[in-house]
Amino acid sequence: MNKRPISTLSLMRRIFMRDITVAWRRRSDIMSVFFFFIIAASLFPLGLGADPQLLHAIAPSVLWVCALLSCMLSLPRMFEADYVDGTLEQLIISNQPTLLIALMKILAHWVLSGLPLVLIAPLIGLQFNLTNNELQVLAFSLLLGTPTLSLIGSIGGALTLGLRGGGVLIALLVLPIYIPVLVFGAGAVNSISIGMSAQGGLSLLGAMLALAMIFAPLTASYALKVAVE
Amino acid sequence: MNLFKYSSPQTFYPLAGKLIPWLAAGAAILIVYGLYIGLLVAPTDFQQGDAYRIIYVHVPAAWFSMFLYVVMAGYAILGLTLNAKLSYMMAKSIAPTGAMFTFVALVTGAFWGKPTWGAWWVWDARLTSELILLFLYIGYMSLQAAIDDTRRSDRASAILAIVGVINVPIIYFSVKWWNTLHQGSSINLTSSPSMAAIILKAMLIMALGFWLYSVAVILIRVRREIEDRERNTAWLNEFKE
Repeated sequence: MNKRPISTLSLMRRIFMRDITVAWRRRSDIMSVFFFFIIAASLFPLGLGADPQLLHAIAPSVLWVCALLSCMLSLPRMFEADYVDGTLEQLIISNQPTLLIALMKILAHWVLSGLPLVLIAPLIGLQFNLTNNELQVLAFSLLLGTPTLSLIGSIGGALTLGLRGGGVLIALLVLPIYIPVLVFGAGAVNSISIGMSAQGGLSLLGAMLALAMIFAPLTASYALKVAVE
Repeated sequence: MNLFKYSSPQTFYPLAGKLIPWLAAGAAILIVYGLYIGLLVAPTDFQQGDAYRIIYVHVPAAWFSMFLYVVMAGYAILGLTLNAKLSYMMAKSIAPTGAMFTFVALVTGAFWGKPTWGAWWVWDARLTSELILLFLYIGYMSLQAAIDDTRRSDRASAILAIVGVINVPIIYFSVKWWNTLHQGSSINLTSSPSMAAIILKAMLIMALGFWLYSVAVILIRVRREIEDRERNTAWLNEFKE
């Protein structure tokens, strides 16, 4: 049996599609994180009272914090199942670049848990009386920021593979590093609310995305090797 | 002289044992002397009264909370690049002391803030970064503790320490987004300090004392770590007899 070596592009596509397919077969997993975001955001008006001005003022931060938490909740899904059933080990010893494997799994994670938040957040923003302009900036800031969350989170996911209490540990490792994304993401929406330009915050979000795109997959793939070895 | 002579646990263990009493004695003398100058000799501040005297603990503790994190990350890099066992043990031993100084800096800062600012805590850039630094230390120690396999726990937490040290400046500048309440730093290398020489002297003596203390405590911890990891080796058992 003579097997053709698969091209890099085809490898990347296959890993990505595989993750999407596996996740699609267990749709409820994706949905639960999605609903967590909606429920967590809805708790704030219930706790604070229905004062529209107050809700409008806190909306950017609330939505961003909820995005941070729901992204973090879904992090164990990125590598854990593949680690438990041995797929990850096979992928790593397959002589294909671990960097690309990590990158594709991060991308799949973002499509499954970051992108839905970007799409639903404006709708929840409406409940908080955000204006049209603010909703646009909110969606755009999440679009720039959530990939960074998946990228940074991949390091936490890889470091905590197979550990007892891994989920809580991820929060401890990843949340402090998420803070800059939160500050600039919520900051961009806040500055448009007070009549300033959101460009500063959005540019910094973009810069962090660019940085994370270079360093996070490298670090995560190294951490994966440490975990599997 | 061989630069790496003391990079193996076998040669480092007795050396550390010899150094610890001297370091501890030096630390005790310097800290007592520094506190004496700071609390009894230095003049009372005409604006802040005696409340300012907390800086003799607060500022050196804050310096060391940051400095030790960088040193820890440095050992983590050494460990990952040279694969040196002792470097990992150093990094692991530094973390609790660093976390302790971070905690001390936060608590003493709160004690100073209450009479001076009228609040125990404010969300300004430096306080918040210091708090996040404490989270980073706790994350490092938790990860180290959660992995049973020593080799993996060393390397995984080393990666985390390095990711953390890259993020410290990013976190600092991001929380600076807000207007900062904390007073600017009074000591920098480019201009002459805006404080009395005696205050500076007491602070530097305290810092030196904290430094000796840190090294002493870290070496004690490294020795315990070596005893734990090398307990089945012949040299350690010979050493004990």
